[in-house]
Amino acid sequence: MDNEIQFQPALEIHDLTVAFDRKPVLWNIDLKLPQGKLVGIIGPNGAGKSTLIKATMGLLPLSSGFVKLFDQSLDDVRKRISYVPQRESVDWDFPASVLDVVLMGRYGKLGLFKRPRKADRDVALDCLKKVGMEAYANRQISQLSGGQQQRTFLARALAQQADIYFMDEPFAGVDAATEKAIIDLLRNMTEAKKTVIVVHHDLQSVTQYFDWVIMLNTRLVAYGPTLSTFTQQNLQETYGGKLTLLSDVGDLIRRESFPNREESAKKAL
Amino acid sequence: MNTFLEFFSFADPNVRFVVIGSVLLTASSAIVGTFTFLHKKSLVGDAIAHAVLPGICLGFILSGTKNPVYLILGAFVTGWISLIAVEFITKRSRLKEDTAIGLVLSVFFGIGILMLTVIQKTGNAAQSGLDHFLFGKAAALVGEDLLVFGIVAVILLIAVFLLFKEFSLLAFDKDYAQAIGLPVKWIQLTLTSLIVLAVVIGIQAVGVVLMAAILITPAAAARFWTNKINVMLFMASIFGALSGLSGAYISYIAPAMPTGPWIVIVISMIAFISFFFAPKRGVISRMIRQSSIRKTINDENVLKVFYNLGEESRNFFVQRTPEEIIRRRKFDEEMLYTVLHRLERQGYVEQTANHWALTEEGKTRGQRVVKIHRLWELYLTTHVNIAPDHVHDDADTIEHLLTPDLEAELERILNFPKEDPHKSEIPYRK
Repeated sequence: MDNEIQFQPALEIHDLTVAFDRKPVLWNIDLKLPQGKLVGIIGPNGAGKSTLIKATMGLLPLSSGFVKLFDQSLDDVRKRISYVPQRESVDWDFPASVLDVVLMGRYGKLGLFKRPRKADRDVALDCLKKVGMEAYANRQISQLSGGQQQRTFLARALAQQADIYFMDEPFAGVDAATEKAIIDLLRNMTEAKKTVIVVHHDLQSVTQYFDWVIMLNTRLVAYGPTLSTFTQQNLQETYGGKLTLLSDVGDLIRRESFPNREESAKKAL
Repeated sequence: MNTFLEFFSFADPNVRFVVIGSVLLTASSAIVGTFTFLHKKSLVGDAIAHAVLPGICLGFILSGTKNPVYLILGAFVTGWISLIAVEFITKRSRLKEDTAIGLVLSVFFGIGILMLTVIQKTGNAAQSGLDHFLFGKAAALVGEDLLVFGIVAVILLIAVFLLFKEFSLLAFDKDYAQAIGLPVKWIQLTLTSLIVLAVVIGIQAVGVVLMAAILITPAAAARFWTNKINVMLFMASIFGALSGLSGAYISYIAPAMPTGPWIVIVISMIAFISFFFAPKRGVISRMIRQSSIRKTINDENVLKVFYNLGEESRNFFVQRTPEEIIRRRKFDEEMLYTVLHRLERQGYVEQTANHWALTEEGKTRGQRVVKIHRLWELYLTTHVNIAPDHVHDDADTIEHLLTPDLEAELERILNFPKEDPHKSEIPYRK
């Protein structure tokens, strides 16, 4: 029943609270994920799904709590983390080709100042092949369809050869055939002991796709193996009755310019 | 003409100084400006440009000389303060960034003008020429200045060369850069310092007021010509250098002329030409593409009418008069003649007297358009659940647009149906 399982966690989140403009959008999240699983994050709009993965990767300041990956702090394992941002988060009318974008996946390994080498190009082309985009390597990115943009981002993430992957809605705007191809790819990755965490929208496919689920609605409703966690009751709690009191208190914190934690108030004195 | 030869032979060492100086200044500003442009920080560049003026005055007041090292230092400091001010206002108040930039820009520039006026009123002989920072004066570049500015320009070039991939990634996808562990804050700090440096030396050529133009315009112009970031960088620097060269030349032949405005006029001309004449992204090329699309649509609509009439009379090669065609579908008569003559030239119809008939190729093309039209109507009703009486207008557009790939895909999805929603037969090529 409980989640005190014996494993070396790929990801451990402890008492994580994230606020935008002071208003908490995630409250006190605690969770541990095992390695080698395909994990779905589900929840309604505004539940804080993207916020959770961004905060986990240190892209957002935390109001409280800490994140550990493979029992180490974030900065020690940066090179083992990969990220697929939402497709709409970038301007696709940028002067770059598909290959240029995929090569960006190598920049972390290359380090500052160094140019991509031939070996990096080989990796990039290989990753393009894995997502079925090898024919588009030299295509200007503004000419890609939504699904092709998504696959380009996926190839870029693959090129990092990381151990844990965070993906923000990789199936948005993707046709059914591509979605199937991507999910097969993710399966192969988890079989190779990679951990893949996916923000997901479509409840229909949850049981079919994911080994584990995280059910989120500004707070953690439940997490664990899909079979035991993705239950009617948890679903109702995630999508049903919104906790209006919680969000009202959040609004109040923002309006009154209140600190999220007492310590930060003390510092000011 | 003589002065032209004199200038471009570069025999006069003064001319050489001025040319090398202004080309270095404008080209390096353009290169740094390319990233300013790609990072969508164009307005910030303008704010910095205006904010360096009080710094220059301060540098002069404190050192009492026009030694460029002091002036650059002063400019660098106030340039940075202006950026911090913009960031502070955006973060700590509810004002948006554009408002903050406008505010900081005008306040700093106002203070700068005030200081400049005070300095000029003191009657200090050393101050003469300080006002060149307002509109720039390439011809004023000599020996010592050139050395300092040359060094700064080289620093800019080396920094951009070394951090090329980091700057590009940050411009495209900052979150990702941070996620993979690049020191995003430091890279941004470096880029901002480079922008400030570029502005500080660039104002020598064009002055404070017009600095944003040589920072951003070369990049904006280059963007029209290419989709490759390295080519864009190269073209921007060439455009910048060209404008710098012409500015230096004008400074040489007409010392009374302000250099800055001339450099800006030249670079604006280049941008103007790019805007209109660049292949693919230029306005004219887009217009040509639009017009060719309209022609295709008209051609195919006429062929479609021939084909539809042929379906009714069960003979596709009957000769028709333009009146018959217009009776079937309302075309402008003059346009119809133009289209018919064009189709004849292209071999899709044949003319005898005032009668026109499809050729075999014309029939094939008309048939394809009709087929796609009917397939698309069927697709919309069966797969998209749109009522059959709403699908015609959509199909009228799609029939001219579909590529052979998508056409095959459509046939595959629908599995080669026989009839459209209106019970018309769908014609396939035998």
